[in-house]
Amino acid sequence: MLSVHLILFLLFGAVCVAGAINLLLQRHPINSALSLIVVMAALAGEYLLLGAEFVAAVQVIVYAGAIMVLFVFVIMLLNAGVEERSAGSRVSWLLGIPGLLTGSLLVAWVLLRQSGTFMLKAGEQPGAPKDIGQLLFHQFLLPFEVTSILILIAVLGAVALATKPEKTAEGAD
Amino acid sequence: MPIVPYILISIIKSALVLFFLLTAVAYTVWLERKVVGRMQNRWGPTRVGPFGLLQPAADGVKFLFKEDLTPPHVYKPLYIAAPLIAVIFALTSIAVIPFGGIVSLGGYDIPLGITDVNIGLLLVLGVTSMGVYGIALAGWASNNKYSLLGGLRASAQMISYELSLGLSLVGVLILAGSFSLRDIVEAQRGSYLGFIPHWNIFPQFIAFFIYLTSAYAETNRIPFDLPEAETELVAGYHTEYSAMKFAMFFMAEYANMITVGSLATLLFFGGWLGPVFGPPILQALLPVLWFLIKVVAFLFVYIWVRGTLPRFRYDQLMWFGWKFLIPLAIANLMVTALIIAWKS
Repeated sequence: MLSVHLILFLLFGAVCVAGAINLLLQRHPINSALSLIVVMAALAGEYLLLGAEFVAAVQVIVYAGAIMVLFVFVIMLLNAGVEERSAGSRVSWLLGIPGLLTGSLLVAWVLLRQSGTFMLKAGEQPGAPKDIGQLLFHQFLLPFEVTSILILIAVLGAVALATKPEKTAEGAD
Repeated sequence: MPIVPYILISIIKSALVLFFLLTAVAYTVWLERKVVGRMQNRWGPTRVGPFGLLQPAADGVKFLFKEDLTPPHVYKPLYIAAPLIAVIFALTSIAVIPFGGIVSLGGYDIPLGITDVNIGLLLVLGVTSMGVYGIALAGWASNNKYSLLGGLRASAQMISYELSLGLSLVGVLILAGSFSLRDIVEAQRGSYLGFIPHWNIFPQFIAFFIYLTSAYAETNRIPFDLPEAETELVAGYHTEYSAMKFAMFFMAEYANMITVGSLATLLFFGGWLGPVFGPPILQALLPVLWFLIKVVAFLFVYIWVRGTLPRFRYDQLMWFGWKFLIPLAIANLMVTALIIAWKS
């Protein structure tokens, strides 16, 4: 069943996983940030393949184009240096590799058990901006507004944390 | 359309549009030098070819032969990648820009424009957002305090004005009802009172003003060119670049200008709509001519503003974007939405 759709899905998935692994393996944080941008772009491609075109475009605009820019800002401003490589502790090797294998086997088993039971055709759910707009402003209006207030709270918190405290009239000791 | 002719036609269209875009970029530089020169009461390029028309060719040859110096302390991978990123994203958004109606050639109906995606406008916004990386990474990779400052300022400016850019376009989207650029132009057919064209500039003139200002900021042009101002930051993020890499930043900036100008004509000035008459070959080409005239007019305004206005100070720039343009864009959006809801 080798369709173009499947090939593209595997391609974007491979790019996504490669970007994620590269993010972990790179020593300089700016390279990790760039790998994360590649991951975001690959995810946007996957969304597009599912027929969610609006979400794909917004993923690029918001995630890859604004949030990651701020990540890159922070890395540039704080001049984060190259990561030091160490051998790693013995405990991490002893627990980590079996843990990783067990985790991935568990996920694979759950997925394979569920495969073939419930399938969603690509493009079945609403993906066009008009449909998403209708859903957002009719059925999902409350979650939409609450999410925006949540983001506002986060912004207020960041501003409150970052504001310099006012100087007292007495000055420093 | 069957698959093989479709691929062939797409390849031909892409090659033609790309070639045309690159030539247009070179000649926009010529236009700028001429117009700014005349505004400053001097000639501009006149020696190379008639009216200096071969000056871009001479510049291209110069850039090719210039010494391509890589300073020793730069972060090499990103230093080389940054101009590539800038150019790639600058040239990508031309793919969804339609520049003519649908032409019937050899039995196939070919829409003039490389492709027509039903989220075309979002794609252009997305590519503009990604274009910030070229500048930010160039500033950082140059390992130079002036470049870093220039790159950071440019990135902050670009992401701030992306917001008002997007918000100003929502009024147009409400009027047109679609994200597809071709549909937005088609919604501007017809006229008011028989002679005033039904262009979006008339109901959305505030949005046009916001779009114009945000576009100047997005493309780092005067009055918003503090990131690359010579007197402020040596040359900002492209201080350490020479020869072809510098030419790539230059190309990216002018390609962005052309894309923004094309978007403005598509969204506010009716794109390729204009009086069409005559035999079928003329009927196919006249819309493209109208489109080109409108884009060149927009570029002329760009260059005119460049030659006239002083630049914003950085805090004034950020204040203007966040505290003036965004509330104005939201107000415009609300008024447009209210009027459309009341009408229907």
